[in-house]
Amino acid sequence: MNVDLKIYETIKDVGINLLLILPDNMIQGLIKVINEKNEIRKITITREEEGMGIAAGAYLGGIKPALLMQNSGLGNSINAIKSLLQLYKIPILLIMSHRGGEGEKIMAQNQMGQVTFNLLECINLKYFIVNSVKTIENFKNAMIFMQDNSKSAAIVLERSLWREIT
Amino acid sequence: MKRYDVLKEIVKTLKDELVICNLGFPSRELYYIKDREKNFYMLGSMGLTSSIALGLAISQPKRNIYCIDGDGSILMNLGSLSTIANINPVNLTLIVIDNEAYGSTGNQKTHTSDRTNLALIAKGAGFESITVILDKEDIKAQLKNQEPGCNFILIKANPGNAKVDIIPLDPEKIKKRFMESMNKGHRN
Repeated sequence: MNVDLKIYETIKDVGINLLLILPDNMIQGLIKVINEKNEIRKITITREEEGMGIAAGAYLGGIKPALLMQNSGLGNSINAIKSLLQLYKIPILLIMSHRGGEGEKIMAQNQMGQVTFNLLECINLKYFIVNSVKTIENFKNAMIFMQDNSKSAAIVLERSLWREIT
Repeated sequence: MKRYDVLKEIVKTLKDELVICNLGFPSRELYYIKDREKNFYMLGSMGLTSSIALGLAISQPKRNIYCIDGDGSILMNLGSLSTIANINPVNLTLIVIDNEAYGSTGNQKTHTSDRTNLALIAKGAGFESITVILDKEDIKAQLKNQEPGCNFILIKANPGNAKVDIIPLDPEKIKKRFMESMNKGHRN
């Protein structure tokens, strides 16, 4: 099974119609699928915090955006999550690859990687882990949570997702 | 002229434009000049005004969007200028009131008071329609006569804030009425 294609189809199925993207190594295959399919509008952003602003504006205008980013961008965006998304109750899905997690080869990623879940908990941002093909279902759970609570949520993509033999 | 004078001129031209306004005194002054449901007042997240306006512009392509931003805020999110210029929305006017100061925190000088020129940065970012306004009289004429598109307007102003209170609306109320205002009226 092509994991990237499966994630892509799920993103489409849950109704995301705008993607704000900053690349990461782990999600390069997914970005390639998004580009090849060319069905979901996408914008390359310069910084994750900027993407949260664009997503908030797009939500106000009635569409369903999501960010595609790496967890280091979470650190860049704490203030936007607190004083824009959470302050105004704007539900945005933050899809982030977890660098510095299990199987990381670049030591420099570990500092942010090790505190990612602590940070998410500390800022009270609900997160859903996607670490296997089966848990791709969590995209739907995240969307239901967001709709029911008018709150943003994160999807954390783990490296094991792409290693699984199916 | 100060920011307050600029805002009064902008408000005179407003019809059904959606306005995203920078946090702090810019939003407070705009609120007390003329509150509208179609104004989205930022209360936090300094720097993201133009990003929010871009997201709104692409999701509401039939409506005209005004973004009222400041020099300090633009300097905090310069990447936004390149994103906006590359998306090149058909309906976004980015108005930067450049008073060369961080107005809401005590009017400390920004870099635009010295060597930095935001109109040139906008040009480098890829904006094609760039206007610099120095006189109050030119604001109304520019906003009334400009072509719809992706417009960058830099209005040079003096620092200083009007004596206005904080906005007595809670964030959810600001959001809710702003979103509902788009369902009222003609264009949808």
